Amino acid sequence: MEDGVRSAPQVVDCDVLIVGGGFAGCGAAFEARYWGRDLKIVLVEKAAIERSGAVAQGLSAINCYMGMRWGENRPEDFVKYVRNDLMGLSREDLVYDVARHVDSSVHLFEEWGLPIFTDPSGKYIREGRWQVMIHGESYKPIIAEAARAAASQVDEHVLITHLLTSADDPHRVAGAVGFSVRDGTFRVYRARVVIVAAGGASHLFRPRSAGEGWGRTWYPPWSTGSAYALLIRIGAEMTQMENRLVVTRFKDGYGPVGAFFLYLKATATNAAGENYEVARRPGLRERVGAYADATPLPTCLRNDLMFREIQEGRGPILMHTERVIDSPEKETVAWEAFLNMTVGQAVTWAAQGTDPGKDPSELILSEPYVLGSHAVCAGAWASGPADLASGEYQWGYNRMTSITGLFGAGDTIGGSAHKFSSGSFTEGRLAAKGAIRFLTDHPERPPVADAAVESMRSTIFAPLVRFLAARPKITTGSVHPELLFPDQGLHRLEKIMDEYGGGVGSNYTTNDHLLARGLAQLTHLKEDLGAIGAGDLHQLGRAWELEHRVWTAETVLRHTRFRTETRWPGYYYRSDFPKVDDEHWHCFVNSVYDPATREWKLFTRPVRALF
Amino acid sequence: MPTYVSPEKCKGCMQCVNICPSDIMHIDPVEGRAYNIEPSMCWECFACVKACPEGAIDVRGYADFAPLGHRVVPNRTPDRIYWTIRMRDGSTKEFSFPVRRGKWGSIASPANEPAPDAEAVQSQLLSFEPDYLAVEVLPTIASSAPT
Ligand SMILES: Cc1cc2nc3c(=O)[nH]c(=O)nc-3n(C[C@H](O)[C@H](O)[C@H](O)COP(=O)(O)OP(=O)(O)OC[C@H]3O[C@@H](n4cnc5c(N)ncnc54)[C@H](O)[C@@H]3O)c2cc1C
Ligand code: SF4
Ligand code: SF4
Repeated sequence: MEDGVRSAPQVVDCDVLIVGGGFAGCGAAFEARYWGRDLKIVLVEKAAIERSGAVAQGLSAINCYMGMRWGENRPEDFVKYVRNDLMGLSREDLVYDVARHVDSSVHLFEEWGLPIFTDPSGKYIREGRWQVMIHGESYKPIIAEAARAAASQVDEHVLITHLLTSADDPHRVAGAVGFSVRDGTFRVYRARVVIVAAGGASHLFRPRSAGEGWGRTWYPPWSTGSAYALLIRIGAEMTQMENRLVVTRFKDGYGPVGAFFLYLKATATNAAGENYEVARRPGLRERVGAYADATPLPTCLRNDLMFREIQEGRGPILMHTERVIDSPEKETVAWEAFLNMTVGQAVTWAAQGTDPGKDPSELILSEPYVLGSHAVCAGAWASGPADLASGEYQWGYNRMTSITGLFGAGDTIGGSAHKFSSGSFTEGRLAAKGAIRFLTDHPERPPVADAAVESMRSTIFAPLVRFLAARPKITTGSVHPELLFPDQGLHRLEKIMDEYGGGVGSNYTTNDHLLARGLAQLTHLKEDLGAIGAGDLHQLGRAWELEHRVWTAETVLRHTRFRTETRWPGYYYRSDFPKVDDEHWHCFVNSVYDPATREWKLFTRPVRALF
Repeated sequence: MPTYVSPEKCKGCMQCVNICPSDIMHIDPVEGRAYNIEPSMCWECFACVKACPEGAIDVRGYADFAPLGHRVVPNRTPDRIYWTIRMRDGSTKEFSFPVRRGKWGSIASPANEPAPDAEAVQSQLLSFEPDYLAVEVLPTIASSAPT
């Protein structure tokens, strides 16, 4: 544990540094090797890539696949779908780019041995228009195998805490630093180009589950907002950070609904047995206008219908699995959907004695999450591909952020919604190719100041040092007058976000006054981050995860405050601006934090239709 | 559901410690056996349960909503996974699914492919494209008529 504080740093010099070995990071490693044969490509991951990230359990569907070879969908069909689902606001150049490439990624997965459901002719079996069904328990270890075959080096159990910038230019990335959660060594990566693929953010808002079930969130507890905080803190431009996600899921176990709604064609009703989505549609039209007529209905608006149904006292909402599971094959599909993707839902069924062939299951709306790859698209503002993007959508290299040499993919990148696993992998490939092109044009190795690295070392290990110094002031236990422990800070963050930022506890509703209060309380929490104590390396990891979550949360509140409308009813509501306001807000909200002045700038960027 | 470890079966081999994405399976320095140090940060992902060579790790549904009296037990082999589920009423269900076709360790480095030329680097194509798109050309918006 004292290693990192005192011993020499372990320094790695490389060409391409990839932070995070999830779907996007593994895609980036694979692609970087194809184009960069002699390059040193280093993948750094805080866990073990076989089971790290949002796909740790596996998945039962690939949610983004065009099927161009069978003429099923064209990229522009996907763009239209995403446009509708995001209530008009997406980076259509990025969305199109993922769509036109994603089939090649899925065909690679199949070749690598991922079992995809096929009909006798070999055609993939669809769950819905964009989804294909898989036996995906080993989806992640298969993808990890490809990344391992490609990377020069995979450093696991290393948590990245900060990005490094060039000694000559604060807007040029130069690497990253962190520490080994196993042996406590201080790690310094000096790189010519960096690709951040560190996933989304859970536990910004207080979850519905309590006590021991605190970790029972929909997105995993290890999605800690590192992708956003790492970028924000060196001044990268962010977009759509207010576009948080609330998901409709099986209650408590958080089993996904896709296989049930789309494949088994189950319906959901209120307590009276009424199909509320049909019955309440006219009222929805009054609130949101033509968006209510989009087919399929945008994800947020489906949430909105359920939210009001529960608010008005017509819950519980029931998913009628018992009406559609009429054969052993369908029963197997139902259980496999969970065993391969959310085992906890199978446990909930077993524990509560629910037989989906006989009993309906309750549905619920989750707490909010922040991510870039789902039915939302928070993340970094990135350059698009040269043949699809121009003006403020393009500055040379595909998926480069506003920081020179810094690329991103998957949950990290904003504006490109509905990527899911396959699209995130594909975006990792796109970012890697962009990065290789950048390296071709920029042979230099950005200088890193030793003094800056040393100061980061003391910052990183400060919670351990602080704990050792302050520990003797109390007998034992967790109540200390000078120290705050990471879980205590996380509870505070979740409470602030829940009560002021529009979480479950405030009916997803906020307003300018609440947001101002929330930001004031977050400022205090940020000050208290300077008093975080960590008794061991595990706690030190938790301390940095908390720090990353707090920076992400602050950005979410700032964006939410700036957008004075309710763009996505069902994700959150601004009670002071309850309408969708296309006249003023059919645009992106972007932000930049300036690390030199510590000031934030919020502004808008236009949404441009690709066609 | 948080994990718990059987003291009779655990050999302290560290497999669960290595694989847990939440960094919460640790070895008790006194007992020399694994335990879940932070059950409230467990995602019931079962990565440790599947990885344990001794079958020493089990799970018990989260206390805040799961009644006692259930079990969900995986047995993962290189090509299939077998699940046994014990329901609250004591009845059991069994399921098994393929996990992988072909051999583990069979994915080759993309560096084994012929090296791309400078023109390919500048194009919009990714590795293995256009072949693996299974359509003749990579779509671009100019080439596709919007409807
Ligand atoms: C329950 C659930 C169900 C889903 N269902 C589907 C589905 O059916 N179909 C589908 O296609 N998609 C599905 N998805 C979505 C899919 O999992 C994500 O879109 C995808 O994993 C995003 O990829 P990513 O690489 O951005 O993030 P991840 O895959 O989460 O990878 C992020 C990686 O970064 C690492 N990391 C984070 N912070 C740091 C740090 N500071 N230092 C070092 N490493 C770090 C993490 O450990 C992780 O390995 C589902 C997700 C969940 C949670
Ligand atoms: S993997 Fe199993 S045997 Fe090995 S330490 Fe963990 S619980 Fe014990
Ligand atoms: S179930 Fe997953 S999160 Fe829980 S201890 Fe095991 S590996 Fe870790």
